[in-house]
Amino acid sequence: MITIIDYGIGNVGSMLNMFKHIGVEAIIESNPIIIRKAKKLVLPGVGSFDAAMNNINSITGLRDVLDYKALAERIPILGVCLGMQLMTSFSEEGKVSGLGWIPSRTCRFPKHTSLKVPHMGWNVALPNKPNLLTKQLSDNSRFYFVHSYYVKVDDPVYSIMRTHYNIDFDSAIEKDNIYGVQFHPEKSHKNGMQILKNFSLI
Amino acid sequence: MLSKRIIPCLLLKDHRLVKTKQFKNPNYIGDPCNTIRIFNELEVDELIILDINSYSKNHEINYSLLKDIATEAFMPMGYGGGIRTLDQARKIFEIGFEKIILNSLIFSSPSTVKKLVDEFGSQAVVGSVDYKNNFFSKKNYVYVNSGNTNTGILVLDYCKNLINLGIGEIILTSINREGTWLGFDLDTIKNIEKHINVPLIAHGGCGSEEDINTLFKLDICSLGIGSLVVYSKKDKGVLVNMPNRLNV
Repeated sequence: MITIIDYGIGNVGSMLNMFKHIGVEAIIESNPIIIRKAKKLVLPGVGSFDAAMNNINSITGLRDVLDYKALAERIPILGVCLGMQLMTSFSEEGKVSGLGWIPSRTCRFPKHTSLKVPHMGWNVALPNKPNLLTKQLSDNSRFYFVHSYYVKVDDPVYSIMRTHYNIDFDSAIEKDNIYGVQFHPEKSHKNGMQILKNFSLI
Repeated sequence: MLSKRIIPCLLLKDHRLVKTKQFKNPNYIGDPCNTIRIFNELEVDELIILDINSYSKNHEINYSLLKDIATEAFMPMGYGGGIRTLDQARKIFEIGFEKIILNSLIFSSPSTVKKLVDEFGSQAVVGSVDYKNNFFSKKNYVYVNSGNTNTGILVLDYCKNLINLGIGEIILTSINREGTWLGFDLDTIKNIEKHINVPLIAHGGCGSEEDINTLFKLDICSLGIGSLVVYSKKDKGVLVNMPNRLNV
């Protein structure tokens, strides 16, 4: 059973649709007391970094439960899009601190004359080391991205996928039980299904 | 490298899928859910669904149909037609769509558009701009209410205004070319693209893989297609299909 965290931000509906489609039991939950019993978590998110962190910090008990699940109980957690960025220490998008679970930071795409920001559309994410989350993906797997900021890990050991858009950036990261993907697996057809299937089996 | 996007634009009327020509004469294509299931199998880049009946007074957004669609389709999807409030938009996002597409609302209530952008982010709000070429002045004017009302505003000025409202993407539709298979209105598309800094989806007139290639060579990265993906050929029967990625 996978618990999708609903903290008032992010497309929880499409995530639930995708898990249903691949035959994985999932629920949407915002109550920290119920989240405390979760076996596996998905942290979705769209929108701005500060708004998302403020939402998490304002739901009584949610931040503590998330830290406990991630760092003490160490159950598998998958951050998606902004959800992944929240796992970093801070973002150039805002002033509020991130969850800081993976040594990394969130940076703005450099200004470039011909490339538009946000990075929106289908791009290749290339696994750069074997990992449970990226099992059975081909080398040219395309995923759907929408973001104006990207994640930079402090140590390449935490990077598990890389993507090129003007610069090379970390499109999937992992530290022990904590995983993050910048793209939207729930909107990326078969490759996205593979990622979510892999996560459900971790 | 970011892939170029080829986006089927599907039209709903009375909960059925139709295809128009120059915004008129809706021709019945099929059941929306079945068709979208096929596009999902074909792994299309993205889908745009527009309810063309929405300007009528009694129109209600068909949430249950949108829900059925969202549980069948695992690509990014945008919906347009009759969105006037934040609550309606929120419902559409909750169902599993990631973009709302606004047309007449931009003209009638720019302040609501701004509120939608502030609440859901630029990336989630697409501006739909329908324009028609004036026979006498040769200028392009924007039309709203499913192409029925001339705003009297030139298309470039209108698009610039959309950017000021914070809209994250524009779908630009040539009413003259829609459903005609005559190819894209390249001059207008090029001119608008030069002046805006958000992704532009060119729409209206695409009739062949060659049309797609011509557009991509101009560095226009996204396009919408209608007739080409629901008919087997011009003036022929219904066939849901996609251009071969290898040829474009």
